[in-house]
Amino acid sequence: MTPMNRAASVSESLDRSAVASWVRGRGVYVAFVALLIFNLIITPNFASVATFSNLLIQVSPIVLVSLGVALAIGTEGIDLSVGSVMALASAFLPLYLGYGWPVALFVALLVGAVAGLVNGSLVAFVGVQPIIATLAMLVGGRGLAQIFASGQLLIVSDPAVLALGQGRLFGIPAPVIVAVVAVLVVGFLVNRTTFGRYVVAIGGNRSASYLSGHPVRRTLLLVYIISGLLAALAGIVATARLGASDPSNIGILIELSAITAVVVGGTPLSGGRVRILGTVMGALLIQLISTTFIANDLPFTWAQVFTAAIILVAVYLQKGRGAA
Amino acid sequence: MVTRSTDTETAGGDVLWRERLFTTLQRRGAVVVLILVVAVSAVAFDNFLTAQNLENIVLQGAFLGLIVVGMTFVIISGGIDLSVGSMLALGGVLAAQTVEIFWPLALILPPLVCSLIGLGNGFLIARARMAPFIVTLAGLLGIRGLALALANEKPIGIDGGSPFTWFGQGQILGVAVPIIFVVVAFVVGGLVLARTGYGRIVFAVGGSEESARLMGLPVDRTKVIAYTVSGALAGLSGALLAARLSAGDPNAGLAWELDAISAVVVGGTLLTGGAGSMSGSLAGVLLLSILQNLINQVGTLGSYAQQLVSGVFLIIVVVAQAYLTRRGTY
Repeated sequence: MTPMNRAASVSESLDRSAVASWVRGRGVYVAFVALLIFNLIITPNFASVATFSNLLIQVSPIVLVSLGVALAIGTEGIDLSVGSVMALASAFLPLYLGYGWPVALFVALLVGAVAGLVNGSLVAFVGVQPIIATLAMLVGGRGLAQIFASGQLLIVSDPAVLALGQGRLFGIPAPVIVAVVAVLVVGFLVNRTTFGRYVVAIGGNRSASYLSGHPVRRTLLLVYIISGLLAALAGIVATARLGASDPSNIGILIELSAITAVVVGGTPLSGGRVRILGTVMGALLIQLISTTFIANDLPFTWAQVFTAAIILVAVYLQKGRGAA
Repeated sequence: MVTRSTDTETAGGDVLWRERLFTTLQRRGAVVVLILVVAVSAVAFDNFLTAQNLENIVLQGAFLGLIVVGMTFVIISGGIDLSVGSMLALGGVLAAQTVEIFWPLALILPPLVCSLIGLGNGFLIARARMAPFIVTLAGLLGIRGLALALANEKPIGIDGGSPFTWFGQGQILGVAVPIIFVVVAFVVGGLVLARTGYGRIVFAVGGSEESARLMGLPVDRTKVIAYTVSGALAGLSGALLAARLSAGDPNAGLAWELDAISAVVVGGTLLTGGAGSMSGSLAGVLLLSILQNLINQVGTLGSYAQQLVSGVFLIIVVVAQAYLTRRGTY
């Protein structure tokens, strides 16, 4: 091999590894755009405002809970309880509407914060593993929600609350606005504050973080409280969209979608990194997969199989960065 | 991690004795609680200790129990298997679809197919070094989708006259057949875990994978076998449940992975791996089953309260475990 050839081949392999690592980091964007283009060509009536508006409205609750789950995963934890916290917030909302909608919304958010406080205390102070602490909340939380609602569906007709799910501002659906604001706030917290640095440091190495004098327990507590708040917000939006509080069904299995969105979006389960935009993209990708299958009259169950394959491929690709 | 070993050394025998008591309580706590719960229930409820009720309790826990045996191996090896509930559903659907072709197929095919899926899980986890949580989460979604697609999203009936239904509804010497399956699974599983080289390696891998690898133990093979067994037992459980219900339901076993994990954790097996016992897991399954039975007996508690009680019970157990083991946390 001549030196020239060798140089060429080296630069070529450099190119290839650069492309590979770019795809690894941005795989979720590539997949989303590819699926979008596929839909624009194949799916009838896909390129309409209504389609995209629906996609964004449907993905809003998933985005909200995914943000909290992303924070928890960033600390090398997890929050399985988000769906049940949604149900709890949804159950409490109509009970306090008699005192006016601000009180009802406040109570619903408070319930989410308290659930997060319980999760966070167990994780930060008692030393229970996050998966178990939030598993107990997943099981018990929904039971509690159903007890408070007597297992019934309660109609919510307060116009101010309904506006959160069905209203529009400058033509943009309210749930989308709520989700975008939440993404901006959490993105700011993660990327621009010391709290965000602590989250990543704890996920990277909890002992080292503690020995560096970081407020580990306070940060963990705060992470689970924020996750609880976001889940409660998602519960409020979902309730408003439905026009009813339905604690038996609201947010069921959403923790799986959220974990999928976070992981596909490039946040490693081993913690130490949080990708907010990737998480949003991950959520959009999952929703787009469902939309694609439904819009083309394909059996929805195969969408699940397809999503599973996406998860495996995404995580396999990320593995190269020591992230799996 | 901060351990209290230094305290033990300096403070002498008294502390050592307490340490031992705590460790025993943590490891055997589930068995102690089980005995207490049975004793209290026997006094409080007249028809608790009847043969009929006891059989109900055990039968109720039998299908979950089969899954728990596999889950115990997986969790002690430091992993987790979230796909078991979906595999149970797939097993049931496969059984219902093959029973009319040749009924023994309905008993053989589900464990076989699910063990192959478990093999795939294990291969991705051990060889491709992917996180168990994610691989089996994908399994949870994908296999459930597969089961639903195969069954057209509806339960498939099994002819009640088929000999296959005996495996769910029949009896041997007055004992229901699924109970015999689960007892055999726990005995064999317990012996393999505690008395064989494979069992020791499972503990070693869960304790410290790197050390196990450096000692030259077959880490990858051990993990792959654990997930394969977990799959096979989930498939078998699905087939037996289908035989019991005379139907293969693609929605069966929803969230059972969580029940199985609860049972294992309640049984004193640490989710971090490297410690645990089959007897603890058995006690865990029975406790969950008794809890449900008691709630039904009280009657005034609705089915919603059942979930709340399960959640609170799980928390009490793990908080107690956390204090008993007193793992240092930052």
